[in-house]
Amino acid sequence: MFMSFTTATLIPMQFAIPDFAPAIPEIFLLAGTCLVLLVDLFLKDSNRYITYLLSQTVLLITAYLVISGINDVSMAEALQTTGKASLTTFSEMFVLDPMSQVLKVSILLITVGVFVYSRPYLKTRQMFKGEYFTLGMFAVLGMMIMVSAKTMLVIYLGLELLSLAMYAMVAFRRNDGRASEAGMKYFVLGAIASGMLLYGMSIIYGVTGSLHLDHIDSFMMGHNVMTNMGLLLGLSFVLVGLGFKLGVVPFHMWVPDVYDGSPTAVTLFLGTAPKIAAFAMMFRLLVEGLDEMLLGWQQILSLLAALSLFIGNVVAIAQTNIKRMLAYSTISHMGFVLLGILAGTEVGYASSMFYIITYSIVAMGAFGIIILLSRDGYEADRLIDLQGLSSRHPWYAFMMMLFLFSMAGVPPTVGFYAKLSVLKAVVGAEVVWLAVFAVVMSVIGAYYYLRAIKLMYFDQPDEFVGDEELLVPAKSGFDFKLLLSVNGLSVLALGILPGALMSLCVLAVEASL
Amino acid sequence: MIPLSHFLIVGALLFSIAVAGIFLNRKNMIILLMCIELMLLAVNLNFIAFSHYLGDMAGQVFVFFILTVAAAEAAIGLAILVTVFRNRRTINVQELDDMKG
Repeated sequence: MFMSFTTATLIPMQFAIPDFAPAIPEIFLLAGTCLVLLVDLFLKDSNRYITYLLSQTVLLITAYLVISGINDVSMAEALQTTGKASLTTFSEMFVLDPMSQVLKVSILLITVGVFVYSRPYLKTRQMFKGEYFTLGMFAVLGMMIMVSAKTMLVIYLGLELLSLAMYAMVAFRRNDGRASEAGMKYFVLGAIASGMLLYGMSIIYGVTGSLHLDHIDSFMMGHNVMTNMGLLLGLSFVLVGLGFKLGVVPFHMWVPDVYDGSPTAVTLFLGTAPKIAAFAMMFRLLVEGLDEMLLGWQQILSLLAALSLFIGNVVAIAQTNIKRMLAYSTISHMGFVLLGILAGTEVGYASSMFYIITYSIVAMGAFGIIILLSRDGYEADRLIDLQGLSSRHPWYAFMMMLFLFSMAGVPPTVGFYAKLSVLKAVVGAEVVWLAVFAVVMSVIGAYYYLRAIKLMYFDQPDEFVGDEELLVPAKSGFDFKLLLSVNGLSVLALGILPGALMSLCVLAVEASL
Repeated sequence: MIPLSHFLIVGALLFSIAVAGIFLNRKNMIILLMCIELMLLAVNLNFIAFSHYLGDMAGQVFVFFILTVAAAEAAIGLAILVTVFRNRRTINVQELDDMKG
């Protein structure tokens, strides 16, 4: 590691071809995305569905490749030789462990669902172009790299690949003033966040002498890190950067505007899979890299979590737009994710991971409903658009009720179990005041979810500004309706039987610590 | 030999100027993009100083990646700026207030 400058230039570099096997899903996704990009160039607008089908195939095959990596023989060998169920490659910069596999599969499957949901939306608005899918796939590639990163360099590269694709996607509707405004805000704040994160990384690199998270961790074990001003400064900058990316208070200003301004299909993507990647980034940086500074980031995170829970839930009450309401609800949910992480225990990390995966599933369904109800030139994103939904579409009203119940944390939906396990972890870490505060804030939050349910079930749609077309059943494909039903029922099923996913999360966290 | 602290102070100053520029600037979005670039350059200076001081190449490799990413970021930022200008006929930061709350 510590080559001196002159010798490094004199001796020819030893270059060994890295083992590509652990990164095969990423390599396949990259090749597939380039293929989609090329094929899309030669397609007529009427044949655009080929791009769509090709992207879905590539994503599904990538998911299969990630899953099949678990049963790899080399994994068993790694377990025997190093005692850890993880494979590293590219000079230990890239890691394949159970956690990255679980998170990657969730990211890929959620993106497949997002593409299914966005197709009718894009079609009716003349936005059914290859760009949406290729940018989406590049973003997924960025997320997968972030999830597997073992050095700060790779974390940064994955994050930027994700962010650059997302900025372009938000501003993708070129003739829409609101979308380009949202894109500009997202871009500026995202770039500031990257700058802060990088500045923190540079200081941590300077103090510890390495970019590799394991080396940083082992350096810190031998030092009294909590009195090291440099490291504390670096930690603070890294936390500001992470806070921006996760969208927690007080770094949340961009979230409502971007959710509101971007086309719903993009909001749907933005609000689901990248959250999982952001969780992975936080886990890698704080738990695997800066674990010795637990006391430092625990305090800051508890402040951020408390503020997010408060602002997110209270401001959401005042919203009349569903997308804005869901944006503030995201902020409060991110507060819950932070709660699990700041508990600083394996159970806490696992429950946080469970929370973020299930939240993405729930958010995907809720945005799916908004897309289902929308028409060309009519976004269906106001709360009153839900009025009397139960008499118009009883089944979808029931699905929406499941999603909202899950967000509010009502049993037997999965949101209840996720909140319960996070709270148990927080109480286990003896931060009882924060657990009590989170419960009180959830009760406040339940108000606006239940208000939406009341609008759907107890109000009549006759207060509508007389648009007959809105009362006919929504016209969308069979795949859309099937997926929406599966999505809603999975929220129920995961709530009744959370054991399998939870034990998967526990295993993943145990293996990577 | 210039001590490490001098480089770090310059880096910190550049970074502060960039952050101050982002928050004080209320007129022009292009200045915002310039401030973002300055921010990344301050980080680069930090990395190079540390890399030289530690005798470790990884920091300099990081700088090359930051430079490349910064170029891509500027491209996308300017592209979004063009769409904003086409829709609004202005690049004044204060007039970007369609959404509030």
